[in-house]
Amino acid sequence: MLHIPCPYCGPRDETEFHYGAGANIFYPEPSSATDEEWSKFVFIRENPKGWHAERWVHSAGCRRWFNVWRNTITHEFGPTYKPFTEQPKRPA
Amino acid sequence: MATTTRRRTVELPEHPDFLWTARVTPKKVYDVIIIGGGGHGLSTAYYLAKNHGITNIAVLEKGWLAGGNMARNTTVIRSNYLWDESAGIYEHSLKLWENLEEEVGYEMFFSQRGVMSLAHSVSDLRAKARNYHANKINDIDSEWLTPEQVKEIAPIVNINPDVRYPVLGATYQPRGGIAKHDWVAWGYAKAAADMGVDIIQGCEVTGFDIRDGKVHGVKTNLGPIAAQKVGMVAAGHSSVLANLAGFDIPIQSRPLQALVSELLEQVHNTVIMSGMVHVYVSQAHKGELVMGAGTDAFNSYAQRGGFHVIEHQLAAAIELFPIFERAHLLRTWGGIVDISPDASPIIGHTPVDNLFINTGWGTGGFKATPASGWTMAHTIATGEPHELNAPFSLDRFVTGHLIDEHGAAGVAH
Repeated sequence: MLHIPCPYCGPRDETEFHYGAGANIFYPEPSSATDEEWSKFVFIRENPKGWHAERWVHSAGCRRWFNVWRNTITHEFGPTYKPFTEQPKRPA
Repeated sequence: MATTTRRRTVELPEHPDFLWTARVTPKKVYDVIIIGGGGHGLSTAYYLAKNHGITNIAVLEKGWLAGGNMARNTTVIRSNYLWDESAGIYEHSLKLWENLEEEVGYEMFFSQRGVMSLAHSVSDLRAKARNYHANKINDIDSEWLTPEQVKEIAPIVNINPDVRYPVLGATYQPRGGIAKHDWVAWGYAKAAADMGVDIIQGCEVTGFDIRDGKVHGVKTNLGPIAAQKVGMVAAGHSSVLANLAGFDIPIQSRPLQALVSELLEQVHNTVIMSGMVHVYVSQAHKGELVMGAGTDAFNSYAQRGGFHVIEHQLAAAIELFPIFERAHLLRTWGGIVDISPDASPIIGHTPVDNLFINTGWGTGGFKATPASGWTMAHTIATGEPHELNAPFSLDRFVTGHLIDEHGAAGVAH
C-alpha cells in the first residue's frame, strides 16, 4: 500500500485516497478546438516510465485535491503542489 | 509430447526441452520485426508465417519469452462480449482456440469448462440480461442461469439470499474456459520458429529509425536492425515505445494483481466471475485456486500492487465460496496492463508508415491471443486492417467511434 504525502494532513495510507490520473490537463478553447485537440484533452494522458505528475484526492481525510510527483517504477513520492500553482521541477 | 486429453489432469507432463533455436545475434535485416515476445507477439509472428507466407521475421523480447503478462494472467477464455465489434474478434479467437492445439501440434491444456458471470443486484441483472441477449443475436453461446442453476453447475457457490451481495442470476458461456498460458506461448513459439521466425530474447528496443514519416528499422541494445515493417506488441510498455516513435497513445499502464492458493483437491470445475464484488476464480489443472480482481488505481510499471486490493478480492471470494475460508494463499503477483479509454484494444496503423500497433487489451488479453495475432498479422502483411480489427483503430479516439466494453466486461475481464 502506498504511503501518500497529503500536503494538508501529512502521510496517510493509500486507502484514504482516490487517484485522479495525470495532473495539469487544461480545458481546450471550446469554440475553436479541433477534433484532434478534443481527443487529446479527453483521451491522451502521459504514461511515463519514471516520474509522473498526478492528482490525488484525500477523500477519507481533508477531502482536498492536490498534485504530486510520483515515480511509476519505484512508487517513490516527490514534491506535492496545489492545483493551479507552479509545478515543481521533475525530480531527478 | 505427453498427454493430449482435454480433461483436467492432476499431474502435468515434464517441462519440454528446447523448442526453438536460441539465436543470440539478430540478423541485420528482416521483412518484419515484432516488438514483444509475449503471447500476442508470438501469435502475430505465427500467423504472419502461416497465413501470409512471411517468414523472415524477428520477434524481439527485452526480457525472456512470455515473461510479461503472458506469465501473469489468469488464463480466462470467453467471447461473450456486449458489442458486435468485440463479439466478432473475441468469437473468432474462441473458434481459433478450439482448433489451436491440433493446428500448431502442441498441447495447451485448453479446457472448455464454461465461464459464469454472476449478477448481484437489479441493475446488475439487467446489464447481464442485455449482454445475454446481445450474445444470442451474435450467435455466441450464452445461457441464463437462476441461482439454483448456478448451484447445480458450481455446487460450492453460496446462493444464500441473506448476504450482502446475493447471487440473483448469472450468464454462462459453456464454450468458455481456460488454457495453460506458458504452454500456449511455447506452442506458438515452436510453430513460428519451425517456419523460420527468429525469436530473440534479451533484446530491448531503444529507438526507431524513422525517415520521412516511415519506419525503416529499430535501435536495440544488440545494435540497429532494419525492417520493412515493424509491429509493436508490447502491452504495458506500449506508451514507452510509442513515445520513442514520436506519438502519443491513449493508454495508461496499471498493475493488475492475481493470486493462487496452495494445491487443493478439485472442487471448482468452471470459471466464475463477479464484476460487482470484484473477483474471478478458476481452479488450475494442478489444483491451485486462481483468482484475480480489479487493477490497482494508479499508473505503474513496477509489476506489483497493494495488498489491500488482494484483501478486497479475498473478502469477496470467501463470501461467494465459503469453503475457501481456510485455504492458504500461496503466491501473489502483478502484471502491468495497458488500459485504453473504452476497455477495448487498439490494433492497426500508427501515425508512422509501416509501423503498426497492437495494444490496449488491458485486463483481458489472454483470451484474445489467437485473434489478436491473426488480425495483427493481416494488418502488417496487407497494410490494411482485417474486417475484425478495423473498428479497433487508433483514430477512433478522434472520430468518437468508441467500443465501450466497460459495462459488459465489468472489472473482471
